[in-house]
Amino acid sequence: MRDTVGTFPRWLLVPAATSALFIAVPLLAIVLRVDWSQFGALVTSPSSQAALWLSLRTASATTVLCVLLGVPLALVLARARFRGQSLLRSLVLLPMVLPPVVGGIALLYTFGRRGLLGESLEVLGLQIAFSTTAVVLAQTFVALPFLVLSLEGTLRTAGQRYERVAATLGATPTTVLRRVTLPLVLPGLVSGAILSFARALGEFGATITFAGSLQGTTRTLPLEIYLQRETDPDAAVALSLLLVVVAVVVILAVRGNDARQAL
Amino acid sequence: MTSATHPVGSGLTARIRSEERDVDLALTLATGETVAVLGPNGAGKSTLVTALAGLLRPDEASIRLDGTVLAGDGTWLPAHRRGVALLAQDALLFPHLDARENVAFGPRSAGVPRRAAREAAERWLHDLGVADLADRRPSELSGGQAQRVALARALATEPRLLLLDEPMAALDVSVAPEIRRLLRRVLADRTTILVTHDVLDALALADRVVVVEDGRVVEDGPTREVLTRPRSAFGARIAGLDLIAGSMRDGRLVTPDGLAIDGTPSEPLPDGTPTVAVVSPADVAVHLDAPGGSPRNTMSATITHLEPFGDHVLVRTDVADARITLASAAELDLSPGTRVHLVVKATAVALHPARPGAPGAS
Repeated sequence: MRDTVGTFPRWLLVPAATSALFIAVPLLAIVLRVDWSQFGALVTSPSSQAALWLSLRTASATTVLCVLLGVPLALVLARARFRGQSLLRSLVLLPMVLPPVVGGIALLYTFGRRGLLGESLEVLGLQIAFSTTAVVLAQTFVALPFLVLSLEGTLRTAGQRYERVAATLGATPTTVLRRVTLPLVLPGLVSGAILSFARALGEFGATITFAGSLQGTTRTLPLEIYLQRETDPDAAVALSLLLVVVAVVVILAVRGNDARQAL
Repeated sequence: MTSATHPVGSGLTARIRSEERDVDLALTLATGETVAVLGPNGAGKSTLVTALAGLLRPDEASIRLDGTVLAGDGTWLPAHRRGVALLAQDALLFPHLDARENVAFGPRSAGVPRRAAREAAERWLHDLGVADLADRRPSELSGGQAQRVALARALATEPRLLLLDEPMAALDVSVAPEIRRLLRRVLADRTTILVTHDVLDALALADRVVVVEDGRVVEDGPTREVLTRPRSAFGARIAGLDLIAGSMRDGRLVTPDGLAIDGTPSEPLPDGTPTVAVVSPADVAVHLDAPGGSPRNTMSATITHLEPFGDHVLVRTDVADARITLASAAELDLSPGTRVHLVVKATAVALHPARPGAPGAS
């Protein structure tokens, strides 16, 4: 049976189709512009390979860091009740709405050579700015909110009923976290981690500001694309398509994960 | 109060106060005793249960269980250190664990090695008749099955106090008697508080009934006494029933005095089962002469007193109570001491298994 009474006016289909095309057409433009005869060579050139490899490494490290830092923060936001909680939530949200280049500046004046913590770190022999570590920090700065917000939402939806039962069965808070809370929100955690990975992979502004663009050290795929655009537009297009494919895979992974969660 | 009759340090002594919810409840339980807590919604039952379980801290709580202070004098033991298990309406089995791992959860939390915890879980599942469901996920269990597994999970922690919060309220009516029968067996010597709104639960499972109204205990006494002679408004509304105790013989309930009563059994009742006949006084007719007619139970009785009850009269006798109209009471010229015949149809008599050894079931 079909619902014959529409829940929206028919004319909405026109602007809706327009917005769908607005996203689809530029992607199609990339595909059409790709020089397929050169594609293999372009994406496997040494500089491309270096950028791709660096991007995958840093985005993976960022995802791990986001999980380690984000899970406790999400738990505190979802489960604790304290003064300034909504302020903290807004703060976590900030890197999502902040221009990434501003994030890069902020990181530079924190971990940079003359930054807030940079001088102390330098005494310890640690130089972060313009290193691969800086890439990971820049990516974590912008990707962390994705994991925290996604996981906090899952935690709130899951509620505390199972946790309370677990406590009455004699489980300590740590056991409850390990054996009940985390397994229950695992799908949300995986979704959040995938989103963080995707955000890290696409990071540009904070990275170029805080980490610079040194081939093999800090020049990730988006930076490589930006540079190649000046000298070798065909390579830029090929690498762009590569990132589109990665993005599509990420979306499919998240959706598949959400579908399993809904079961 | 009952606390004076039990040795100090054994059983439960609790006093829960919450200004916000206007609750001030005091409760004592002897070790091994099952107490049913009845009361309307919002009476403070859930405050009592959550405070005892350690899930919600009221303004003031003084709770002692088997000599251990769970709350009071500035102490507040967290839920996981109380040895108080809770079974609520929803089974709340951990959805990511199969039935066996759900039941093994408590023992494992107590430090029992994985294999031993699993074996213990299997013993409990077997004891509750659901051994064959050990490998199932909670989503593959029916409501009744899930509640059995949840009961096994609660019992596997060897709790010193078991809290049952409306454990059958969410179950299908056809499943409830089965779970009730199961509970009757496992609760026999466990210190248990059973929160319920169902008189039958109290009848079948409890040694004692506590009625809670507006955050206060308004009645506290042996189950049969409270259910037959309620003194509180809520007690009267849910109870005020005639309960006639005996045991089954040839499909009928036979009282110790030899009176045989026909009724409708709520579940199969083999001969010798301690049983209670439950009758609403409104279904009991009063006659001066023994009437004929086969589908009726006739009991001779002596009127003890008469209570006006609106345009009705509650005729209290040494056997059961009857509620008849003022007009018929006047016509029959009833007065205390009058010998009468109480008549009730077999279809109006519900036969329920009674708790062995419960007051009134002997």
